[in-house]
Amino acid sequence: MSFLITSIAMFSFWILLSGEFTFILITSGIVSSLIVAYLSHDIFIGKPDLKTETGRIFKFIRYLPWLLWEIVLANFEIAYLVLSPKLKVDPQIVRFKPDIKTDLGIVTLAHSITLTPGTVTVEANKEEFVIHAIWQKSAEGIINGKMQRKVKWIEEGTNELEGEKNV
Amino acid sequence: MDIRTIIAGVFLGIGGFFIIVTAIGIVRFPDFYSRLHPAGKADTIGQALVLIALMIYEGFSLISVKLMIIVIFIFIASPTATHAVAQAAYLKGVVPWKKKKKDKK
Repeated sequence: MSFLITSIAMFSFWILLSGEFTFILITSGIVSSLIVAYLSHDIFIGKPDLKTETGRIFKFIRYLPWLLWEIVLANFEIAYLVLSPKLKVDPQIVRFKPDIKTDLGIVTLAHSITLTPGTVTVEANKEEFVIHAIWQKSAEGIINGKMQRKVKWIEEGTNELEGEKNV
Repeated sequence: MDIRTIIAGVFLGIGGFFIIVTAIGIVRFPDFYSRLHPAGKADTIGQALVLIALMIYEGFSLISVKLMIIVIFIFIASPTATHAVAQAAYLKGVVPWKKKKKDKK
């Protein structure tokens, strides 16, 4: 099952990149996507728990616009910090213990923190997050833990309504 | 002039502005960690805006889909690289610059 899904995904990606439908390209596409799928289908899909994963994907799609908006806002913040005549930079190190269990959740949180400017993830694992914040305001944004609640809400997957109200 | 060309131009302008800000920030900020902030991120949105401008200019075709894939890839790869560099410095023991003498951990 996971082999089939991986090979279909790989082949559609091939079509997307090549955009031509000559015999030789299609054939080599099929052959190479089968080889890639054989080698990596267990990494790409893993152990599928379809219900949880679907819930996670939908929640992630709803999380994306918020994240993008945060990135845009925070980029203006960085631009302001860079261009302000006085050096307003006041770096801080923030440490906290994440409340997240899966590896993918850790990665999502670390990337979200790094992408929203003002904060860089220095160390990320299940025991401790070390964040370097550029000034007091972005450090507070991490401490109040809004992003972590959102990522946790994604991680929960299926139980839709309960988690959403807390965000 | 086509309206699409104008919108694409505006996006290119904003993207270029962010990339210039990145460059100034790398020069101005005091230490290694704070230099990562503009380098890793204003950069991301600058590149994303430039590529979005190209997508608008191109219209909906296979090329704009490929540009979209590049944007997504940058959004995944850029924080990973920033994090890798920051973690390497942290493990090596680079001490973050502090404005005042207050220890906040």
